[in-house]
Amino acid sequence: MNIPFEHRQTAHCENGVISNLLHHKNVAMTEPLAFGIGSGLFFVYLPFFKVNSAPAISYRPMPGLIFKRLTKRLGIKIKKQRYKTPSQAKKALDEQLSQNNPVGLQVGVYQLPYFPEEYRFHFNAHNIVVFGKNEKGYLVSDPTMEVVHTLSEKELEKVRFAKGAFAPKGHMYYPVTFPENIYLKKAILKGIKNTCRDMLVPAPLIGIKGMKKLAKDIRKWPKKIGLKKTNHYLMQMVRMQEEIGTGGGGFRFIFGAFLQEAAPIIEKPELINLSKEITEIGDEWRLFALNASRLFKNREKENKGYNDLADQLDRIAQREKIFFKKLQKAI
Amino acid sequence: MKVNEVPQDDPKLSTKELKELCYAVDEDGNYTSELSQGWKPKADALHASIEAINEQAEIYRQKALQQEISPVQYLMELKRMDLRTVAAYTGFFKWSVKRHFKFAVFSNLSEPKKMKYCNTFDLSLEELNGLSNL
Repeated sequence: MNIPFEHRQTAHCENGVISNLLHHKNVAMTEPLAFGIGSGLFFVYLPFFKVNSAPAISYRPMPGLIFKRLTKRLGIKIKKQRYKTPSQAKKALDEQLSQNNPVGLQVGVYQLPYFPEEYRFHFNAHNIVVFGKNEKGYLVSDPTMEVVHTLSEKELEKVRFAKGAFAPKGHMYYPVTFPENIYLKKAILKGIKNTCRDMLVPAPLIGIKGMKKLAKDIRKWPKKIGLKKTNHYLMQMVRMQEEIGTGGGGFRFIFGAFLQEAAPIIEKPELINLSKEITEIGDEWRLFALNASRLFKNREKENKGYNDLADQLDRIAQREKIFFKKLQKAI
Repeated sequence: MKVNEVPQDDPKLSTKELKELCYAVDEDGNYTSELSQGWKPKADALHASIEAINEQAEIYRQKALQQEISPVQYLMELKRMDLRTVAAYTGFFKWSVKRHFKFAVFSNLSEPKKMKYCNTFDLSLEELNGLSNL
């Protein structure tokens, strides 16, 4: 079995799988478009919910949401299925491959052999495309990788049935029906509106409010929990911000690329300027990560560094607030 | 971020082939993509976080050898798991796993139960027992 599938590397797995699957079905879809229409830009800070013994900070919506919103907004029907046993899951996969149909799979990264050791944590919401099978195993197009990889039957079974939070249970999905016409303009507008609403939501912990709360807590941490723990929290924060597919600075740049691509489609030239603005904000996020990493590396003894970092986050939050208000007005 | 600002720092990873795709702006202000080898702040955070896990694991390993705790707690840390993940892989309740952290409880476990930990942590029974001088 060999399906002519074009592997294209992307910045984030979820955008990547869906844009590659759609591209295969002759729907022109770039990663930034998929990201923007699916409203992939997000921020949430959950101080009471610990991941790796540090508060959870996420720069993306729940896994699967970008995908769901994108396909819904384009009117594409998706078939999704989870399985009780590995043999059922394998049978269903082989069936699709024999019909020349590449499929998306949700997998855990801990046992992915081609991932570097350092990236293998128990994160179960990674996405890959399987598009063929030969004597060595399944052909895997992982959108975060430069090249195509091969996984043996055993290896694929392990990652498809990884356990713990977000356990994939063999989750497999693929587009089944497409509408006659795809109305990109409408979908883009919906995507942007959704993102603005999320980021400006008046509820605490989400969007701009979440960033402000995080800044406030960064000021308190050194006194409240001690420097050692504060540094651990900051370290985890930088990891979540910059690790593959989790967002932060990188997500602002994808969003900038999206606005630039969307401007002529929805006939709003003012989006070009907004794209420049979010690019600058993305640069500021990167500086923020850099400053945070200096703090946890030098094991700073004074509180001043932490206050400066919090000030910087406050400034970013303020800039994003203005940005998203302008964006909301522009469309 | 401009195309020429896309970071190309040595990520110091075990696999050097991994390059990530970044979106950046070219000279004319148009978005394009570029591969990045790695970025130091990010690599620092990743390595520091792994180091913290390994440090903690080593403390637990010593304790397990002294039979103060069971090897389960050590292996959970070493394999970067949490209670929930261990419970899901073994099929035990979270509170049972927590009980098995105690050396006395662990050493009295039946062989099939210990095998569940062996499968989860990818070890043989001898290796598992050896971790606490059993």
